[in-house]
Amino acid sequence: MSKLTTFLLAGTTALFATAAFAQHPHLNVAMQLEPPNLDPTAGAAQAIDSVVYSNIFEGLTRFMSDGSVVPGLAESWDISEDGLVYTFHLHSGVTFHDGTTMDAEDVKFSLDRARAEDSTNAQKGLFASIADVSVVDPLTVRITLSAPNGSLLFNLAWGDAVIVAPESIGEAATHPVGTGAFMFQDWVQGDHIDITRNPNYWGTPAVLETATFRFISDPTAAFAALMAEDVDVFVGYPAPENLPQFEADPRFQVLVGNTEGETILAMNNGREPFNNRLVREAVAHAIDRQAIIDGAMYGLGTPIGTHFAPHNPDYVDLTALSNYDPERARQLLTEAGYPDGFTTVMTLPPPSYARRGGEIIAAQLRAVGIQTEIQNQEWAQWLETTFRGHDFGLTIVSHTEPMDIGIYANPDYYFQYDNPAFQALMSTLNETTDPAQRTALLQQAQRIIAEDYVNAYLFELAVPTVARTGIEGLWRNQPTAAIDLTAVSWP
Amino acid sequence: MRLPRSLLLGALLTALFLGGAALSFVWTPYDIELLSIPDRLQAPGWTHWLGTDQLGRDILSMIMMGARTSIAVALLAVGIGMGLGIPLGLTAAARRGSLLDEVIMRGNDLIFAFPSLVIAILITAVFGAGAMNAIIAIGIFNIPVFARLTRGAALSFWSRDFILAARVAGKSSARISVEHILPNIANLMIVQGTIQFSLGILAEAALSYIGLGAQPPTASWGRMLADAQTLASIAPHVALVPGLAIVLMVLGLNLMGDGLRDLLDPRIRVDRT
Repeated sequence: MSKLTTFLLAGTTALFATAAFAQHPHLNVAMQLEPPNLDPTAGAAQAIDSVVYSNIFEGLTRFMSDGSVVPGLAESWDISEDGLVYTFHLHSGVTFHDGTTMDAEDVKFSLDRARAEDSTNAQKGLFASIADVSVVDPLTVRITLSAPNGSLLFNLAWGDAVIVAPESIGEAATHPVGTGAFMFQDWVQGDHIDITRNPNYWGTPAVLETATFRFISDPTAAFAALMAEDVDVFVGYPAPENLPQFEADPRFQVLVGNTEGETILAMNNGREPFNNRLVREAVAHAIDRQAIIDGAMYGLGTPIGTHFAPHNPDYVDLTALSNYDPERARQLLTEAGYPDGFTTVMTLPPPSYARRGGEIIAAQLRAVGIQTEIQNQEWAQWLETTFRGHDFGLTIVSHTEPMDIGIYANPDYYFQYDNPAFQALMSTLNETTDPAQRTALLQQAQRIIAEDYVNAYLFELAVPTVARTGIEGLWRNQPTAAIDLTAVSWP
Repeated sequence: MRLPRSLLLGALLTALFLGGAALSFVWTPYDIELLSIPDRLQAPGWTHWLGTDQLGRDILSMIMMGARTSIAVALLAVGIGMGLGIPLGLTAAARRGSLLDEVIMRGNDLIFAFPSLVIAILITAVFGAGAMNAIIAIGIFNIPVFARLTRGAALSFWSRDFILAARVAGKSSARISVEHILPNIANLMIVQGTIQFSLGILAEAALSYIGLGAQPPTASWGRMLADAQTLASIAPHVALVPGLAIVLMVLGLNLMGDGLRDLLDPRIRVDRT
């Protein structure tokens, strides 16, 4: 009898314990775009990092939600006096999801692979200053630089710099194997990706047992999926006009965070008439940023006057250089030799900031005499014709990579800004490690591109996350594209 | 003779939209190219009879301008269909049983076999989105409709006595087709034209709904509807108004088509009188 009672008691306790702990062991996360593959070291798509960053793959250092860089797989590091040699001490007992050990050889393999001549890494520039990677012992790696680089630790935190294993990297596009707190489980293309908790994780284990990433590109479907509670979290909710409804609904919480997304009206500097600085200045003055932020984003977004994130301490507010002044825009057009304006092509990728913003900008430009022919393009088409083909006059896009002002030093980049002075400034910056000097150089860089009116700088993209009430541990901000679920839990 | 009631109602609805479209050439309540973000999403009222959309544009003005786009696209598409389909059908009927007849009619069957909207999407996707390509895409699929109808109707006349008389008189088959057959099948064409016109309006709305029709800033009902999707729970009128416009216009044209058929069909006409 007593045996039975004990058995029953134990049973009930176990039942309660399970119920309390495993009430919500699963999370359904939605995002707009599906990643084309799952290898962050070989693709540029942000969606790849959204799924795998920190969840599946980790680097030597990593970003936190506030943008700070903290130790990742490296628990500490020493920097030589001259700033040329970084010695990283790795965590011990780290294994990949396939059971193999993560050691200094893997670090050397990953970094050498990323910076190799034939590397397909989308951000090869991150590794440009690395001259040599050598294995000191299984838990120590030495990185030697060709010149001091103040942003090495920052660079190594990117999703493109994660540590991969030579044994499994071949399959990474469809079956990623990393060291993270979650293991890849399944990918049903066109629908969802499943990940499951890594029981052998070296650090703090994830709270969730499993999670599913779903891909919902249509804003109406996104709204319906949340309202029907089919998804628990939507990161990058595509229709800002619906946010007040979610805020008013006790079932949901809305987190509005900042991103590294400088949303710009890019002008083709390599082509008439935008190769004329006066024309670009005219365009910049013809545009009313606040109307675009209100009209396209329902107020979400911070105006910017240069290609730099306003929440960065080195940001300079240069919005006054391109204040809304249609009268001045008309004068400048006349000065530039276009008293009657001109007609150009504006290509628009799918996001609402571009499609809606484009309609508003077209109306604002029309008011000063610039006629635009709008071409809505899908991402693949945009990448092909606008980004790679340089076949556009104007386009709207958000540059979500962190600290990417360096793209202005590449004359072959899609907006084709070619200024040797700026390029020299960027190489000086890369060799500068002194924080004060770096700040001065960065601010100078921001001024040059703002005064050259390379592009019309609109606003810093905000990222709205809609989640079920009580879910904790989600990133509010997006210092890099990531949906880090390692600390996420249900109440 | 009494006019069918459906004809009256249909004609009234159609006239309303045609009138609105015509009026938009000279006057609209507001300029739709001027955006006014602070005035957006206003409910219907005295200043804006049908409210304002997400960019603060007057929806009544947008509907008027959109009617213009819809009607122009559908009219030209039906024009292409009639302009090519009727001569093809007349030729096939005149040369009935010949190789030419076979070639024309099997060619038409081929076009007819494709799901029209899918091909229209393909055409606009390949040649670029825009009103002109939408017209061509919709127009192509109107050709077999008219060609078949014309051939079928014309065939029944070729065996009639008055056609035989014309042939005996030495008229060429081309002349007979134009002078004797065409006037006799014209009523059929008008009825079918009305129906095709309403289908053209729907096709244009569908194409612009998925972003392949007229591009902004040209107003278009389909795009208005697409833009309003996420607003349906906040400002339902933004979606309701263009939706109703499409429904009423298509309904009007269909009623008018039915009414015209009743009016013009000789058999029914005999019954009535």
